[in-house]
Amino acid sequence: MNWHAVKAIYAFEMARTRRTLMQSIISPVISTSLYFVVFGAAIGTRIQQVDGISYGAFIVPGLIMLSLLTQSISNASFGIYFPKFTGTIYELLSAPISHFEIVLSYVGAAATKSILLGLIILATAGLFVPLQIAHPFWMLLFLVLTSVTFSLVGFIIGLWADNFEKLQVVPLLIITPLTFLGGSFYSIKMLPPVWQTVTLFNPVVYLISGFRWSFYGMADVDVGISLAMTLGFMAVSLAIVAWIFKTGYKLKR
Amino acid sequence: MRGAATSGIVAAMPHIIQVTKLSKTYASGFQALKDINLDIRRGEILALLGPNGAGKTTLISIICGIVTASTGTVVVDGHDNVSDYRAARNLIGLVPQELTTDAFETVWATVSFSRGLFGKPANPAYIEKVLKDLSLWDKKDSKIITLSGGMKRRVMIAKALSHEPQILFLDEPTAGVDVNLRRDMWNLVRLLQKSGVTIILTTHYIEEAQEMADRIGVINKGEIVLVEDKDELMRKLGRKQLTLQLQDALPQLPASLADHALTLSHEGRELTYTYDSLDERTDVTALLSSLQQAGIRFKDIQTRQSSLEDIFVNLVKDHA
Repeated sequence: MNWHAVKAIYAFEMARTRRTLMQSIISPVISTSLYFVVFGAAIGTRIQQVDGISYGAFIVPGLIMLSLLTQSISNASFGIYFPKFTGTIYELLSAPISHFEIVLSYVGAAATKSILLGLIILATAGLFVPLQIAHPFWMLLFLVLTSVTFSLVGFIIGLWADNFEKLQVVPLLIITPLTFLGGSFYSIKMLPPVWQTVTLFNPVVYLISGFRWSFYGMADVDVGISLAMTLGFMAVSLAIVAWIFKTGYKLKR
Repeated sequence: MRGAATSGIVAAMPHIIQVTKLSKTYASGFQALKDINLDIRRGEILALLGPNGAGKTTLISIICGIVTASTGTVVVDGHDNVSDYRAARNLIGLVPQELTTDAFETVWATVSFSRGLFGKPANPAYIEKVLKDLSLWDKKDSKIITLSGGMKRRVMIAKALSHEPQILFLDEPTAGVDVNLRRDMWNLVRLLQKSGVTIILTTHYIEEAQEMADRIGVINKGEIVLVEDKDELMRKLGRKQLTLQLQDALPQLPASLADHALTLSHEGRELTYTYDSLDERTDVTALLSSLQQAGIRFKDIQTRQSSLEDIFVNLVKDHA
């Protein structure tokens, strides 16, 4: 293992986070606060408790998930796309570093940032609603697994993208709608039976449901299935990354 | 035991890089390299000359691991650059042609980053030395975006040297660089060579190859046209010209001079004698006495040896 390289890339990416602290940390905090103001205060007062939990508290796991998915993807995709864009990727390709080490350092840095972000949002939410975390270990496990998995997805998008628009397409057109429709702001039990079945085809449902279970001990789908699905996404993402490096797709001519 | 024996052989090998039957065809169908064989000697400065699109950068990129070869092998100090890429790449530093640097990093951070990337533990004293050698020390805390083009070029060289490579590739190092920086760079290259580093540079500036290189390789249309010691090349292919400025214009060459390869120009005021500097039959004395016998008087005389540029142009033309 070339640990010096892993450390160098990781530190480089984290330094980028520090330089862009405003976009990285403050803007998600502001948007989360806005969600609380709009959904929690304005709409939430008109909504009954969901499964015995106040609406404001109910949306916390979904809100964290929403930020986690979009931020993991955008951090990781930008991290690897930018060297491709500026041309500094030559150094990475000519360095004595394995594909695994490249993924470990870039995805590790993106996931670290997302995990920190998730915790910051959680703390912000604590200012608005009383929080309870029934299963802290599982909460952290889902937080880490989701951050890593979607950082991998972001890494794939960053490798695939050859312009800035493509970087935005997947988070904007796929991830955000799936998250909104995946029960971030409602329990899928509130939906008519047909839509409940349709919703189960949305992979994000399992992520949000598992995460919410770790907070309140209640879930739309069994927590075991949520965990299996999360691990399944991770496996698929890893397989795609492995294929990209094996074939050199969009990396090497 | 076997490992020790192998490394003994490796150390004795005169060639630090061996490129064998290397070909590259891009996805577009363009064949950038055709069956290249090239041995690079330990400790030499090899200049690769060739017109735009000849395949110089592709060749370097394959050796460094940035581009995948279609067929063929590259062995770097006994290490195959694909199956044993870590060992091979550890030895190589690359300064690419394009000025591709980070923008918001400081000089110090980006050079230290490169060292880490190549698996070396931090060594501030060494980085300091590299930055001082490249006159970058007072810029160490500057963000790269604030530097001039020439300074950025130095930063890229510092990055390439950060991990103490044994082999340095300089792809068009002095393109768009002012005269002072070019001189600085040449001096640095000489210093590096003295410390045992093998240097491969590509260039458009023949003057640069002539000044710097021990050997010259000429690439054209994806093929190595020639690799030769520079002095040998100059001797072999160098042609000399003797030019005589005549006192009185000649209407035509006298028949008595027909044996000599002479041309008359400048309205009969200039006689040019072209000869091969290695040709034993060349007899300038005989020519001069023939001139005297013919009563031709001249007011000035000069000789000129063809430069590498002339040789290069002729080579590329021959293979076009």
